[in-house]
Amino acid sequence: MQSDGLHFEFAVDGENFASAGTASETIKNTLKKLGLPPATVRRTAIAMYEGEINMVIHAGGGTAVVDITPTAIEIELKDEGPGIADIELAMREGYSTAPEEIRMLGFGAGMGLSNMKKYSDEMKIESEVSKGTRVLLKINI
Amino acid sequence: MSQEKRLHTVTLDQDKCKGCVACMRRCPTGAIRVRDGKAKIYYDKCIGCGECVRVCHHHAKKAVYDSFDIIKNYKYKIALPAPSFFGQFNNLENLGLIIAGLKRIGFDEVMEVSIGAELSSDATRRVLKEGTIKKPVISTACPAILQLILLKYHSLTENLLNLLAPVDIVAKLARENAIKKTGLKAEDIGVFFISPCPAKVFALKSGLGVEKPLVDGVLAASEVYFKLLPELKNIKDCTEVASTGLLGFAWACSGGEAAGIMKDKYIAADGIENCMNVLKELEDNKLDHMDFVELNACIGGCVGGVLNIENPFVARSKIRELNKSLPLSKNSIESVGKELDYFKWETNPETNDVLRLDEDFMVALKKMSDIDAIMKQLPGLDCGNCGAPTCRAFAEDIVDGAVDISLCTRKETNENNNK
Repeated sequence: MQSDGLHFEFAVDGENFASAGTASETIKNTLKKLGLPPATVRRTAIAMYEGEINMVIHAGGGTAVVDITPTAIEIELKDEGPGIADIELAMREGYSTAPEEIRMLGFGAGMGLSNMKKYSDEMKIESEVSKGTRVLLKINI
Repeated sequence: MSQEKRLHTVTLDQDKCKGCVACMRRCPTGAIRVRDGKAKIYYDKCIGCGECVRVCHHHAKKAVYDSFDIIKNYKYKIALPAPSFFGQFNNLENLGLIIAGLKRIGFDEVMEVSIGAELSSDATRRVLKEGTIKKPVISTACPAILQLILLKYHSLTENLLNLLAPVDIVAKLARENAIKKTGLKAEDIGVFFISPCPAKVFALKSGLGVEKPLVDGVLAASEVYFKLLPELKNIKDCTEVASTGLLGFAWACSGGEAAGIMKDKYIAADGIENCMNVLKELEDNKLDHMDFVELNACIGGCVGGVLNIENPFVARSKIRELNKSLPLSKNSIESVGKELDYFKWETNPETNDVLRLDEDFMVALKKMSDIDAIMKQLPGLDCGNCGAPTCRAFAEDIVDGAVDISLCTRKETNENNNK
């Protein structure tokens, strides 16, 4: 663990919508307790929630690692899912590969990645088809 | 707000408190600890919801309200009965009877809070049309919910409906009218709310959204009920008529306020946990397509208030019956001759920062890190034996220096689990 910071690791359970969002909820409550500005808390919570849901929908779960340092909130979302073939296309608002039954639940509107970009200060995606995806999000404090 | 400046909405009868953990476990904001065998309320975190009063089997928790006798301190006395108050009586066919009865027990005038509710509905429709508040617009009529948002959901303050509560609206109108009618000074006129809940006591006494409190006292629905009941049968030839339509009285129950905005895209949730789930979804932008969100801390809405007599579901049925004979609405902003601004908040309520670990971010970070380290030593059972509602709350108390880890009686459980 780094000094002057907080470190969190979460296993994100795949195929379980009921518990999806618990990791981002924990981070949100932590940030509130730390007294960060409401807008920063909300941006972080939404960006992370979208990432968490993506792993549930597309990758059968994964891991979320969060570091809160004096200057930023850094989130790493990693899965061993199908990967993203065309990242640029996937980033477009409204583009979705979510199956119909997921959309019926109100998810999979194709806003996940674009919202993650919109609400974070830095975003990096590394993905390899049939290997998995790694998303890094940074929200400056 | 400091502990001293916070109002005490709930008090403890030290002799009756057995030090059980019922209220502590129920408290939605973690404002209660059991220390030295007695429940202790941290008022800076209390939202006045009254859940602890409801769950205390020993009747040690008491809601704070004014004694009925305070009305005697004023020359001209006005009663403001809550919409839910009309749902407390059996076989009530004429709403006018309650008004006549209140006049027999000492009030010179009665103005139904439901009048303010209809005015608030009219004002809300206009605010929604103006589009000045971020959608979804969140109702602020339930003071426990408003306090909760100010305590825990700071990013939602820009969604708050900036209107006075119905009771504040009628209090303002009633005093103005009485000054004109009687020629008395403002301070000789006593305006009293007949309240279903302690949260209203807090809101009205501290003046939430107003420069200074608009009512002179808050009376408990239950206490007024018992004074009123024997008088009701003595009323012959009642000439009083209620001045509200069904939209106003509908505010007694969850969904009533939302129905008054005349739009379809709304949510009405009741019960404090349900409301917290909705607030969480609002924070995560999951309810962005909604126009309006009505939240009531009590199950069933105001009929579920802890100062009422009747079971909330029975009261709801009674209100429904009474509403059958009423027109839709009897009051509008035009009918009282006011502008929209008259109904708006005079001041924006301030957020409450008491949940943050420290003003200094670096110190807060260090404290959080210490809390996490302590959490690893605790069993994670949330048993409450230490006097804190959860292991995490206990860890925070330790870091704050309030208690010692030796209070945990079940650390061995953790050690066994880890073997």
